[in-house]
Amino acid sequence: MEKTIANKSVNINDEGYLTDFSQWDKEVGTEIAKEEDIEMTDKHWEVIDFLQDKHHKEEALSIRGIKKSGVINIKEFYSLFPGGPLKKSTKIAGIPKPKSCI
Amino acid sequence: MGKTKVKKMLFILSKATIDNVYAAFIMANGARMEGIDSEIFFTFFGLEAIQKKKLEHLRVATVGNPAMHMPTLLGGLPGMEAIATKMMMKEMEKLDMPPVGEFLEILSDSGCKLWACKLAVEMFHLKEEDLIDELDGILTIGDFYNRADQEDTHLLFI
Repeated sequence: MEKTIANKSVNINDEGYLTDFSQWDKEVGTEIAKEEDIEMTDKHWEVIDFLQDKHHKEEALSIRGIKKSGVINIKEFYSLFPGGPLKKSTKIAGIPKPKSCI
Repeated sequence: MGKTKVKKMLFILSKATIDNVYAAFIMANGARMEGIDSEIFFTFFGLEAIQKKKLEHLRVATVGNPAMHMPTLLGGLPGMEAIATKMMMKEMEKLDMPPVGEFLEILSDSGCKLWACKLAVEMFHLKEEDLIDELDGILTIGDFYNRADQEDTHLLFI
């Protein structure tokens, strides 16, 4: 379905994840973050960069991957994106929600 | 806090076989990932999973486990459990599942509370230094029930 985010028309799935990454930009990410009650900081963007990079390399995302990322540790990850960190951060990053159980 | 209806999941882990330990860990971690609070209460044999010297040596049961599809006599041969465990761990590693020690670190960092059962600790003559550093404390079952005493909380015995 289509939705207007940050004055841009984007395609999203029924959980609100962008279905076409080319429609993503920082304004869109910031707007999605606001809907999730998250105010983006430099550290948040650093994590988003990491997630997008992993996604483009087609590497699966997991909490263990976050631990090994060298970008952020798990405690910080939970405090930056409270209430389901990987779910929320991938949504902001404009990439699909991870299908992994870990 | 997430927007889920379930607010808190409490797990009681009473067994030390790999499959049971991972079931508890994956569900407890999965809860945190969904924005749900989670805690694990280690009791009886479950305590093996939080003993520094034992946690990396947990095994899958090859005897008394019909799902192994192995004759009991064969399953009882020396080394059989070790082989079956090695094979299972290899498959789990492929799915990026962390080993027990690393999983406990992840759980603790994710805010999952880890508790040891007081009665079982005493029964097995364990000392605090035998248990992992990430442990949040040693509780009686009454203490644990108090932690469950709030709305939208679920208890699961494994």
